[in-house]
Order: sequence, then structure tokens, then C-alpha cells
Amino acid sequence: MENIAIIGIGMIPIKANYKTHNFADMAWETVNAALADAGISIKDVDNVITTSNDFWDGRTISCMAVGDASGVREKNCSCVEGDGTFGAFYGMARILSGSYGTTLVTGHTKGSESISSLITNAAFDPIYERALGPDMISGCAMQARAYMEKHGLTSRQTALVSVKNHGNAKHNPYAQLPMDISVDDVLASEMIADPLRKLDCSPVSDGCCAIILANEEKAKKLCKKPVWVKGAAFTSDAYFLGDRDLADPRSLVAAAKKAYAMAGITDPTKQIDIAEVYDAFSYQELMWLEGLGICEPGQAASLLEKGDFAVNGKLPVNASGGLLSGHPVIAAGLYRIAECVRQLRGEAGAVQKDGAKTAVAQGLNGVAGQSHCVWVLGADK
Amino acid sequence: MARGDHLVISSGDAVQPFNYAVGLHGSKFFHELKENRRIVGIKCPACGKVYTPPRRVCGDCFVENKEWLEVGPQGVIDTFTIVRYAFIDPETGKQKPVPYGYGFIRFDGADTRFQHFVELNEARPIKIGARVEPVFAEERKGTIRDILYFRILD
Ligand SMILES: [Zn+2]
Repeated sequence: MENIAIIGIGMIPIKANYKTHNFADMAWETVNAALADAGISIKDVDNVITTSNDFWDGRTISCMAVGDASGVREKNCSCVEGDGTFGAFYGMARILSGSYGTTLVTGHTKGSESISSLITNAAFDPIYERALGPDMISGCAMQARAYMEKHGLTSRQTALVSVKNHGNAKHNPYAQLPMDISVDDVLASEMIADPLRKLDCSPVSDGCCAIILANEEKAKKLCKKPVWVKGAAFTSDAYFLGDRDLADPRSLVAAAKKAYAMAGITDPTKQIDIAEVYDAFSYQELMWLEGLGICEPGQAASLLEKGDFAVNGKLPVNASGGLLSGHPVIAAGLYRIAECVRQLRGEAGAVQKDGAKTAVAQGLNGVAGQSHCVWVLGADK
Repeated sequence: MARGDHLVISSGDAVQPFNYAVGLHGSKFFHELKENRRIVGIKCPACGKVYTPPRRVCGDCFVENKEWLEVGPQGVIDTFTIVRYAFIDPETGKQKPVPYGYGFIRFDGADTRFQHFVELNEARPIKIGARVEPVFAEERKGTIRDILYFRILD
């Protein structure tokens, strides 16, 4: 694959409710932050991909409402409905087509404006499932139960993910929920849907994130510190949750294998310095780390207890605080990529992993991780 | 407008009604459920997987499923949750009483799992591997609610 770089990132703080901003306001601030970060103007952007979800936005063709604020006039703008990592993948493919030198990719969401359980309920099949009321939380609670039972994990073990990530968020000015909490606090929080308690669940959030991708020629010309895409892949599993073994994230395993093959990664545990994964729920961080091949199935909890995934551990995971500390759906995966870029540029401040050279970012789409998108990023080409 | 006074406009009670076509396979499934209290599945000719609910395509094989068969009505709980948060029922727009059991049931003879309500019963606690059977509604309309819930047998 031709070399592709990330030459700019823009984020706005993740909040419970951006009452002060409409979607275009959020996009305007984020896009300008990304342009400033790259040190370029909108004239240097050849095409635009926006990422959103019509249900959450409460309008159809929701991407178009942020077009003006994303600088799309007289440019080819296309929309992806799904996580931002999928939008970024499309943005990269457009550069690889040879038609464009740069792509601006944005993702936005506002969980605050609607009733999230009704939105995620609408992701279920209207004929067999929706009327029974399943939603993201109950669907993932059943996944948590299946995963924990399969590997004999306790709620005390999964709670440690929440403790770590809320603690990491104290160093992230963009995080919504920086907190000093203990495992006992997690276990004392309200039971939402067994085995998930309130502090096992990510919050409802608003946010917007943008990245700018470029081919090698443009990256060298425009950017002093490009971060390189070493590998990227996504794969899908069955739509019906009942068709999947919920404890076995096989589409993530497949996506990771493809991305690692592109990046020349044969031993992810040793070759990856930092990971930002989709921790919508505490147990998910563990399950996804296993799916990413960072450890064997069922082993992530004990490595977490050993401290391997802490900021000062062998392989810091969600040093940014992750989604447990703020979960703007759709934008979420782009935030993961942007946080990896900060690490690889050595700009992650108090949570910086010394000498981080290779990072993995994960995004997902669909209830309980139907599709996964894996990015391997490098400080060096 | 005062500084810092940010307005919010509500959509009100606007709704967007749909009429979803159930398709050939679902129509047969609901007909059997309504008329005969029978659960049917369909088998992939390539890999042999039995799907309930039935559908046209085996996603693993990209092959059309052809062979209908009866499954269940008993099965086992594959995974479950006990929902305890106040949930707005998408059918009624009202809050659903909590707690209630919800789970994936693997019907005897089926390879996929079927989601539905599971009873909460102190004498027979909900657990993975528990045997269950459907409790049918007396008046059935050809919808998923023709099964009221699954009863735990052991
Ligand atoms: Zn098959």
C-alpha cells in the first residue's frame, strides 16, 4: 500500500450536553482545530468525509447539515454512517484511488438530544426483536455475562478497567468523567442490567473529532510530524446477535490479523507500544484486547491486575481515559485515532508512553461489536 | 437574548410510523407460531446450520436456506441479563416495570439463539444452561409477543 499519513487532528472536549452548540457549531470548532494542528488551510483539503448517524442526529442525510462548517463547498463530500474509524477508512481509500492528495474526516454525535435506549433499540430487527425492548445496554449485558462465564471472570476484575480509565481521564482535558474511584465504588454503583453496574457503563456524551489524511507527497510537503498508517482493516460479523458467539469477537480477530499483516506485526504484545480500544463497557476493554491478539482469550483481566495496561505499564491501554470517561458514539473511534496520534507525536503529557513508536486504535459498529475497524499507526514510515 | 441563554427546540410528539414487510420466511414463522404454537427453523444446505428465526440466506456460506424443520419448543438459556433500569417500552412509549429477565434461548435442534423475556422465579433462578420453554399468549396475533416469556424448567 502507498504510504498514507495523518497530518492533523482536532477534538473538542467531550461533554454530557453541548447545549451551547448545534452540530455545525461542533464541526466548525473541530475542523478548524484539525486545520490549525496540520498548519494548513481548507484550500489544502481535497475532499471531505463526514460521519454521523441519522437517528442520533434526528434528521435524514444528517451529514449534510455539517457540510458548510466542514468546508465542503465545491469539493467531493461523502458520508459514512457508522463509527468514525470506518469514515477514516473510506477517506484513506479515496486517497489510495489516486484522485485526492488529502482527505478531511469528521465524526460527530450528540447523545444528549434524544433517548439513547430508544435509538439503540432501533438498531435491532423490527420483526423479531425490537418490540421486546433490547438496547445497547441489555445486549452488551448479555455479552458481558457470556464472556465472563466463559472465562470465569468476576465483576471485581472487570471493575478494574473502570477504575483505571476514569483515573487516566484526570490527565485528559477533553474527558467528560475524570474520577478517582475504587473497585468497591464500581461494585457499589447501581445495577443497570446484570452484570453491568452504572460505573461499568460509558456515559451518554456529545462530541466531535476530525483527522486529516494525506498521501506521502502531501504529507512531506505540508506536515512536520506526520503519523503513518501502517495497517488498517475492517470486517463484519452476523447482524443477529443470536447468530454470534457473543464471547468470541471473531470479526475483531479477523480485522486485527489483516491490519497486522499490512503493518508487519507478528507479535502484537511486543511490537505495539500503546492501544486505544473501544471500552463502551468495562468488560469490553478486556475482550477487545484479547480479540486484538494482545493477549490470549481470557487472560486480559489478570494482566490488567498485574498493571500491564496502566499508564506506566508494559502496554498502556486507553491512557486517554477511554470511552468510559466520555463516549460520543460515531466520533468515538476518531477520538481513539487522535489519542494515538498524540502519543506517537510525544504530545500526551502526563500519560505519555516514553518512546511510543507503534499504536493500535480500534473502532466498532453495531450492538456488541458486529463490525470492527483496526488501525495500526506508526511514528516512523 | 441574554448572554449564555441557549435555546433548545423540542420535536414534540412527532412520530414516523413504518410498515415493515416480514418476508416469506418470517411470515411462515409467525403463521406457525400463531396457528399451531410451533417454532420453526430453516437449515443451510451447505453447512447444516439451523437458523431460528428463519431467514433466506446463510451468512456464513452465502447460500439460500431451503429445508424447513420444527425446533424446540424447549431450549436452554445461552446467556441472559436482568434488566433493572427504567426502560421506555418502544411499543407503548411507557416505562416498563423492572426488574425483568431477558436472554438468548437456543431451541432444541437450532444452532442460533433467539432473544426473549425470561421469567424471574426465586425457586428456579435464571442461569446459563437452564432449560426453558415458551409460554404462549392465549390470543395470538402473529407477532413476537405471541410468546409471552420463557419459563424456567429446572
Ligand atoms: Zn451455511
